[in-house]
Amino acid sequence: MRIVVVGNGMAGSRFVTELTDRTKDFRVTVMGEEAWQPYNRVLLSNVLAGGYGPDQVRLLDPSWYGEHGVQALLGTQVHHIDRETRAVIAASGERVPYDILVLATGSEAVVPPIPGVERAISFRTLDDCQQILARSTGASRAVVVGGGLLGIEAARGLAGRGLPVTLLHLAGHLMERQLDAEAGLVLGETLAALGVEVRTGVNVAEVLDDGVRLADGEFVPGDLAVLACGVRPLTRLAQDAGLEVRRGVVVDDEMRTDDPSIFAIGECAEHAGTVYGLVAPAWEQAEVAATVIAGGKALYRGSRLVTRLKARSVELAAMGETHLTEEHAEVVRFSHRAKGTYRKLVIKEGRLVGAIVLGESDAVGTLTHLFDRGGPLPGDRAGLLFPGLSGAAAADSPVRMPDSAKVCQCNNVTKGQIRACWEAGARDVAGVAAATRATTGCGSCKAAVEGIVGWLCEQEGVSA
Amino acid sequence: MKSHQSTIDVVRTHCPYCALQCGMTVTAGTPVVIEPRTDIPANAGGALCQKGWTSGELLSHPDRLTTPLLYGKPATWDEALDHIASRLAELRREHGPDSVGVFGGGGLTNEKAYTLGKFARVALGTSQIDYNGRFCMSSAAAASIRAFGMDRGMPFPITDLASADVVMLAGANVAETMPPFVRHLPRLIVIDPRRTATAKLAWLHLQPAPGTDLALALGLLHLAIAEGLVDDDYVARRTNGFDAVKTSAAAWWPERVERITGVPVARMRQAAFALAKADRAIILTGRGAEQHAKGTDTVTSFINLALALGLPGREGSGYGCLTGQGNGQGGREHGQKADQLPGYRKIDDPAARAHVAGVWGVDPGTLPGPGRSAYELLAALGTADGPRSLLLFGSNPVVSAPASLAVAERLRSLDFLVVADFVRSETAELADVVLPTTQWAEESGTMTNLEGRVLLRRQAVEPPNGVRSDLFVLAELAARLGDHKFATEPREVFDELRRASAGGSADYSGITYERIADETGVFWPCPSEDHPGTPRPFLDRFAHPDGRARFVAVEHRPPAEEADDDYPVYLTTGRVLAHYQSGAQTRRIAPLVEAAPETFVEIHPALAEHLEISSGDQVRVTSRRGSTETVARVSDTIRPDTVFMPFHWEGANRLTNPALDPTSRMPEFKVCAVRLERVA
Repeated sequence: MRIVVVGNGMAGSRFVTELTDRTKDFRVTVMGEEAWQPYNRVLLSNVLAGGYGPDQVRLLDPSWYGEHGVQALLGTQVHHIDRETRAVIAASGERVPYDILVLATGSEAVVPPIPGVERAISFRTLDDCQQILARSTGASRAVVVGGGLLGIEAARGLAGRGLPVTLLHLAGHLMERQLDAEAGLVLGETLAALGVEVRTGVNVAEVLDDGVRLADGEFVPGDLAVLACGVRPLTRLAQDAGLEVRRGVVVDDEMRTDDPSIFAIGECAEHAGTVYGLVAPAWEQAEVAATVIAGGKALYRGSRLVTRLKARSVELAAMGETHLTEEHAEVVRFSHRAKGTYRKLVIKEGRLVGAIVLGESDAVGTLTHLFDRGGPLPGDRAGLLFPGLSGAAAADSPVRMPDSAKVCQCNNVTKGQIRACWEAGARDVAGVAAATRATTGCGSCKAAVEGIVGWLCEQEGVSA
Repeated sequence: MKSHQSTIDVVRTHCPYCALQCGMTVTAGTPVVIEPRTDIPANAGGALCQKGWTSGELLSHPDRLTTPLLYGKPATWDEALDHIASRLAELRREHGPDSVGVFGGGGLTNEKAYTLGKFARVALGTSQIDYNGRFCMSSAAAASIRAFGMDRGMPFPITDLASADVVMLAGANVAETMPPFVRHLPRLIVIDPRRTATAKLAWLHLQPAPGTDLALALGLLHLAIAEGLVDDDYVARRTNGFDAVKTSAAAWWPERVERITGVPVARMRQAAFALAKADRAIILTGRGAEQHAKGTDTVTSFINLALALGLPGREGSGYGCLTGQGNGQGGREHGQKADQLPGYRKIDDPAARAHVAGVWGVDPGTLPGPGRSAYELLAALGTADGPRSLLLFGSNPVVSAPASLAVAERLRSLDFLVVADFVRSETAELADVVLPTTQWAEESGTMTNLEGRVLLRRQAVEPPNGVRSDLFVLAELAARLGDHKFATEPREVFDELRRASAGGSADYSGITYERIADETGVFWPCPSEDHPGTPRPFLDRFAHPDGRARFVAVEHRPPAEEADDDYPVYLTTGRVLAHYQSGAQTRRIAPLVEAAPETFVEIHPALAEHLEISSGDQVRVTSRRGSTETVARVSDTIRPDTVFMPFHWEGANRLTNPALDPTSRMPEFKVCAVRLERVA
């Protein structure tokens, strides 16, 4: 059986590895528009920020295809799909026949239709990234248009390279889909401290050589303009082929389109009315499609969304229904703007259905698991926001601990036994150790035993 | 060598329990007096834990077996041995040599482990031999051999730990399992789903969900690569295969790993930097990382991290595993493992077979091939193509095997079960014949501790009347089964072991009892008597033919059994300080029972609140494989999605999952799905 995959990004390359893990019986061809080996788009903002070279975001080694018997047609544009004869026709005219076709065409950056927009660089592909980096070295100030996840990561990355950045955002606050207004505000303040000037509620009307003009006529300077205005699914091939397309290519729970021999996965696919723009759902979909195509059983039931900002010194996780208010849910909130901290829990029927964690916190791991797995929440919600609170019970002072408290775990010795030993004449750790074996195991109770003996001696007015 | 209880001889020997093998002196008398030795690096400074201090109490315990039991009735040794030999011969005649199985243990001395393997292959001709160390060390062993070409648990002396700047412990709770070990530790990073006694001592505690250590290690490697912390020169000079590992790690960016493990990105970053910026750093894995259906790959992921940072084979740095059982190292080297011959040789290697057959004086063609791994062997007992009888030494699988109810059922289904032990363990209860054997201070032999240091255990007291050593049992049976002459004196056996191991990976040929005594232990490999032994075998080259270590790309995958609506909570298992292994010994010692009287289940307050369970409540814990009742202990040291049970009592392993690692055949002891109910 011949499997053809159109698209070699996060979803397409994942599908190919998942499929070859399951079966070697198929002839697999993958067609990618970009000439690059598949790379990890999630990490592009790290490339922009520095540290990661292009080879550090590679998802597959160049030799992988040969080793796994997969034909890779990279730098190949697809012209159309011929469903009659079941073949993909490349722009070059080459016909690639298929028994099963998987569309993983992804999405493209939205470019607003404003004058001069060609002067700006979209932030979407590795090529874009390289271009931004090349331009940034000669630039004196950058303007990033779009205060969503990607725009913020780009702005933070450029600022981290020492370039002053202005971040312009149309909505009233940053990441308005994931964050409430206050979280957006705290995030903006955190970014400001890192060299990113944030302007919200502004509309860019024109891109100039040395800056951008806002709709109200204001000029914002910046000789490097970066666009991060969202993405739109690439569905033209599916549309031209007559497949059902709404925002994305419509698929069922097996990731199959209305043509049973064509699947769609990743950002070009629309499942149950949702088009996902994150990698985790794309990989889950790739796994489902690979399982189904390999002859197994799997169903995709939608994904829980966790958005995790990757920007140095800005810790932000947002998940689920963060916009629900007290009328519809139980909301727990903590805000400390001076420290860049904002934490919010949204709870419904005893389950965590949404959360925002802004500012470094150990809570993020636990909350993500509770959100993903739906585990029961403790009655004390504060403990969820401040995991250290309950855990770090102050170490008992050896003086105040009760006689029944175990001082030496290794030899099961209580404070009472140490006291009895002291009463029988022991006046130092060696004496206590000889009688009780306290301190002779791991040795970490030595200070505690010293403390108790010292305190007992003091009580008696005897010099230790 | 021998001493009478009436004379006062202070005998220098080692603790009967864990792989640290603390040095101690034993003075015969009533009671026997135990004192720590100060000349053994493992417990330098005279440390012992409560298990060690009280170890003498078992020597004169009323539960001690002193008479062979034949179908529950006392019998003479000749009656018992004759009966065993005739039953085994009969089974072999009717059903072939593989109808007899042998199961050993990681607590047996090198001499016993070696003889047990020889007995199976030569006297019984069976391939069906394995041992409980499969449940302990097999994943770490497989990963080390894959990476370094050799498995010597810690390939450096224990004293290197103290001179390191930072030590990372992945899935090890040394503060409870081997307390004196803690004295060697510098700044500590602990990876454990529980805030254990060890985690409380740590500078940094990473608390991943059970079964996600592999993802965590991949995340740490990703960070090391991304942050430019890789030792490129070392990688180029001393390793192969980094490119593929680098590519695979690219898919494990920290935010993704955080979602899987629950470990905050900031903590991962701290850990990666602490390891990379240290002059000397050591990464150690324990059962928490290893006892998984992906244990070999999990260990490999930590080795990959260590290699990327340039640690192994550098003095004062490195990777090691923490061997658990007393002779868990030596026990995995000399042939009681299904696929192995002495000297850490492979049983399917023709050269190895020829060498060992030469030492044994048999035709190599008569040696059987590889047999079943421990769990597979136990699960096959009494089935159509499995063994119909089993000889069991130094193990208690009714308590310690995964899915233990099913294993007990297999043991009951046997035609014939023989157990050699010094107390009537839960498994001995099922036996047709029970043979009362000597223990620890009543016999001599060598033990190879967690450093790969061969130590001498010396006889300090006379065994009670009526008991015999395992070596005696094996020699008597071998003689009855085919006129084989097996040595019974430990030193004689050791000299044979030296010859058998010569030229193997674990080469003991240059080690003698005298040298061990004079040098307070000798590190293998030691190929000749004038060879000093090898404290750090990887300083110049690794044990692969090209001298390089191998990176192996590995991928994370979820536990074999994930939590779901029916079994919504993860169970992880482990140890408590006062008990050892299946508890057959320690559950009989009064001070240890007082310290830890009963089994329990540790539950986070949030989960306890949800289930309306309070500390002290009787709780039923159920998995797909069985159910057990125990006492609730509510504690915030555990994750809310996970409960913990110690495995020293019969019960916890009724629940555990026997899903096996494809390479090491290690069962997934450390994570399975359960539900909990309060018992009215």
